[in-house]
Amino acid sequence: MNVFETLLYYLSFSYVRYALIVGVLIALCSSLLGVTLVMKRLSFIGDGLSHIAFGAMAVSSALNISLQMATGGGMAQSMIIVLPVTLISAVLLLRLGENSKIKGDALIAMISVSALAVGYLVMNVFSVSSNISGDVCGTLFGSTSIITLTFSDLCFSLIFSAVVVVIFLLLYNRLFSATFDEAFARATGLRVGAYNLLIALVIAALIVWAMNLIGSLLISALVVFPALSAMRVAKSFKSVIILSLVISVCCAFFGIICSILLSTPVGSTVVIFDLAAFGLFSALGAFIRRAA
Amino acid sequence: MELISCKNISLGYDGRVVVKNLSFCVNSGDYLCIVGENGSGKSTLMKTVLRLCKPIAGEIVMGEGLRHNEIGYLPQQTEIQKDFPASVWEIVLSGTLNRCGLCPFYKREQKQRARAIMEKVGIADIASRSYRELSGGQQQRVLLARALSAASRLIFLDEPAAGLDPVAMEKMYELINRLNKEDGITVMMISHDIEAAVKYSSHILHIGEEPYFFGTKEEYLESDVGKKYLFGKQD
Ligand SMILES: Nc1ncnc2c1ncn2[C@@H]1O[C@H](COP(=O)(O)OP(=O)(O)OP(=O)(O)O)[C@@H](O)[C@H]1O
Ligand SMILES: [Mg+2]
Repeated sequence: MNVFETLLYYLSFSYVRYALIVGVLIALCSSLLGVTLVMKRLSFIGDGLSHIAFGAMAVSSALNISLQMATGGGMAQSMIIVLPVTLISAVLLLRLGENSKIKGDALIAMISVSALAVGYLVMNVFSVSSNISGDVCGTLFGSTSIITLTFSDLCFSLIFSAVVVVIFLLLYNRLFSATFDEAFARATGLRVGAYNLLIALVIAALIVWAMNLIGSLLISALVVFPALSAMRVAKSFKSVIILSLVISVCCAFFGIICSILLSTPVGSTVVIFDLAAFGLFSALGAFIRRAA
Repeated sequence: MELISCKNISLGYDGRVVVKNLSFCVNSGDYLCIVGENGSGKSTLMKTVLRLCKPIAGEIVMGEGLRHNEIGYLPQQTEIQKDFPASVWEIVLSGTLNRCGLCPFYKREQKQRARAIMEKVGIADIASRSYRELSGGQQQRVLLARALSAASRLIFLDEPAAGLDPVAMEKMYELINRLNKEDGITVMMISHDIEAAVKYSSHILHIGEEPYFFGTKEEYLESDVGKKYLFGKQD
């Protein structure tokens, strides 16, 4: 079989197709949110949240083993704990970030690492699974849930991304103003706090959603990298948005294809692609600046 | 009723008082210049009136139904990130955002307004350039244009002349003056250019060394503080 035939063979499985679509959707949403997050110097929120989501996932899976057996639900029911915890943490992290008197970054590093430690401990002590390190790896780096993606997961992903895209389009101009110069935006009557909060909540929901596919550790890479790559070369906000969207979607698409063909872990393959794109665009940016 | 009235306000950071017990008011149509030496708290005062900082004591009342979305603001220093890619056009247009109401997108009038203002400020030819690649003076013009786009009743300008060349500066003063006299927009300007301040303004607020001075331009010219500040250089 040549490469193309192998690919077609894999794509004949519905879960592989679902994984490809959901992966691209995740990339699309995270790149849109990423630009705002990176430019507001709020990317620590994405990072902190992903660790917290891991901790919450570990605790919830420990607490919910009996519930899981009763309901038979996998992904959906663990969200009962993970989603609210992550949303609340998003609000708290945002408050910390805005309050410059507290050393925000150090505190967030502390919280992140604690959430990781607690999560790993809980998984080790309470897990009934025989393959603990497999579970941990899956939660941190994705991969386990890909083969379990169902049609309803796909539908949920489609709806969720549609909501994110609509919110983003409607708030696009306001996000620009609030991101570019927060003091001006506040002074001229924009409710910056509300938009910050909304973005933090959406990013929290995104992380929880994407954790299953990409893994909680790697999702923040998907948020940060495309925006950083696009910022190397773009000259306007609009072009940053469009470029980072294109970069992110392409990296996700080819990353997932590549991971199927080489049977590498999906999350890390996509992140490697994003990293490569970042390198490429940095070089391009440097080249353009020198030529100009 | 006054547009803005400040009663016995004290300003500062982390409990360190910068301005103590200041009272003044701004009426609709006034052209107020705030003068004083570096570090006297002028920018802090402006930020406090804009509710970007909290006063330590006293109260600031906005009257006549003044809302924040009728205000334009030119900050002295912006916390704009150096690597933020935004085009001049996007930035000036974002000034008109407070006229959008609930509409998520810019309407045609807003785009026309932004275009006309860019023309007046002399940045129409750099509309598609990236802000971060402009010179300091060009950046100042862009932020001035944004402030003008946002102002429908009141404009706050923190050292608008900073970085402008003499021709652009003269144009800027004329522009603000016309805005004040013809469109009836209230101006509150921080300036170190005392000559321009007494030339254009209707009221002067002098802070720094106590006693502070607040009154009309004519009163200022007669006062001891005013004489000292205006003619101090020759002594
Ligand atoms: N963010 C801040 N935190 C703490 N202190 C500050 C802060 N900003 C300003 N200050 C202090 O407050 C005082 C007044 O500063 P402000 O910027 O209001 O002065 P200014 O009158 O605008 O001066 P300039 O003419 O240089 O613009 C200064 O002593 C300054 O050190
Ligand atoms: Mg100042």
